[in-house]
Amino acid sequence: MIKNISNLGDAAVYCDFGAEVSEKINSNVINYFNHLTNLINENKIEGINNLTPSYNKLIISFDLTVTNFSKIKDIIQNINVTNNSKKNNKKIEIPICCDEEYSFDFDRLSKRLNLTKDEILKLYLDKEYFCYMTGFIAGMPFLGDLNKKIRCDRLQTPRVKVPKGSVGITEQFTNIYTYESPGGWNIIGNTPKKIFQKLNLKEPALIKPGYKISFYEISKKEYLKFND
Amino acid sequence: MTDTYFEILRPGINTTIQDTGRNNLYHIGITISGVIDQRNYKLANNLVNNKLTEAVIEFAHQGPLLKLKNGKINFAITGDIFFNVIRNNSEIEEGKCYQNYILYEGEQLDIISTKKSVYGYLSVRGGFKLEKVWKSYSINTKAEIGPNNGKKYSINEKIIIKKSIKENTEIKKINYKNSFNNIIRVIKGTNFDYFSNEAKNIFFNKKFSITRLADRMGMRLDGPNLENIVNTNIKSEGLVRGVIQVPADGKPIILLSDHGTIGGYPKIAIVISADLDKLGQLTPGTDINFKEVSLEEAEHIFKAYNEETNKYINESN
Repeated sequence: MIKNISNLGDAAVYCDFGAEVSEKINSNVINYFNHLTNLINENKIEGINNLTPSYNKLIISFDLTVTNFSKIKDIIQNINVTNNSKKNNKKIEIPICCDEEYSFDFDRLSKRLNLTKDEILKLYLDKEYFCYMTGFIAGMPFLGDLNKKIRCDRLQTPRVKVPKGSVGITEQFTNIYTYESPGGWNIIGNTPKKIFQKLNLKEPALIKPGYKISFYEISKKEYLKFND
Repeated sequence: MTDTYFEILRPGINTTIQDTGRNNLYHIGITISGVIDQRNYKLANNLVNNKLTEAVIEFAHQGPLLKLKNGKINFAITGDIFFNVIRNNSEIEEGKCYQNYILYEGEQLDIISTKKSVYGYLSVRGGFKLEKVWKSYSINTKAEIGPNNGKKYSINEKIIIKKSIKENTEIKKINYKNSFNNIIRVIKGTNFDYFSNEAKNIFFNKKFSITRLADRMGMRLDGPNLENIVNTNIKSEGLVRGVIQVPADGKPIILLSDHGTIGGYPKIAIVISADLDKLGQLTPGTDINFKEVSLEEAEHIFKAYNEETNKYINESN
């Protein structure tokens, strides 16, 4: 199922599951992630610091004082991963305010997509999205797929600060900035909903891989009054 | 019992608690954090007879001015740092890095600044009285995770020390000199072939300078444009410390301890583990050159780096 295993620097293994983005490839990645997580929890593998599943890759970073690339590669090649993913189709609706104050890139998007702000928004709100992964910053969900008509590349130079709650789009994906952070996605609005709660140590992330997410528009007044 | 603590009279620019970092959370987007300069961190702990993974205070550029309340402590500072110990008789003692000191109740520790480097470390014997968050004391200010509500320290706050010392500890010193070297060794990245032959050539032969946009998350570099001939975006995927990614503007960004866990810019190269300490210490305006090494070489260099760290620890007296 893994197409290629290579090294990402001297302290990480790069497992490539293919170039495409699909729910099928993504579940392969998640199966490997779950399997390796179990092996780590049962102390059957030494030295792994982190596993990062994404659309079609799994990155395994390790402690170079304990293990190395070839040892981890051997383990990965010799494990037998079965389909262990539990279907998790929880649905969540997220409010979004697209007032000018919260959306920065409709001008850029309109020019590139040849669509008005309203047309872009309608196409955006009409779809239900699948959560492929969470990360970049704590709890940030990567959702897809956008309608083909509203797909656009990242900003040339990433912004130094994207406000917390910002909703961004790029290519076939949409995400939510759970913290103020640098970032290069096209920002179309902001949600007042808490997507990541650090004080909830067991379940800090509201949205997890496999969840189905849809957005509904709210006014600025509703945004300011919103109470989670 | 009254706590022994530092009262912060001046917080410094970016004063946080750090340890080896927070593992096994990349998959929900929580990054590793932890000290930028691993060797100086270990040496700081060694100087006060702590276990090498004890939490320390990390400061950047200008450090804090701290006043000790209730009790007596043993501390050490590592890095390339100007600091003074202000004694109770108002005498100012010029501090030396890589040796431990006793600080008495009411005395002050004034960490004035780093010299030609960015980060320094303050260790206290026995460590600090803090709560771990997800198994680490590291403060991640971007995600606001860790002690002090995940924030850097501010004026008038307290940093509580686990215990006051009773006995006078022996002076311990390490004969260590930070080496600053502008050649950063890298392994080719997974998207190396996204770049034109000219860009590959430029990457290994021209200078890049560290801009002011440098912090615990990463460093943006300035230099000749690196032309991407395949795609300036990739499908977002996992990142690690040391990754050098190049966005569409052709200017490299190197990721450090508080980096984002996934990203969608092509990776031209990855800094080898052994060079991360010295990289993190380079100040804005410094020019650097990248040099390619193989994975095998990187592993050897890391082994030597690690042995050297241990040698300093074993030789300390």
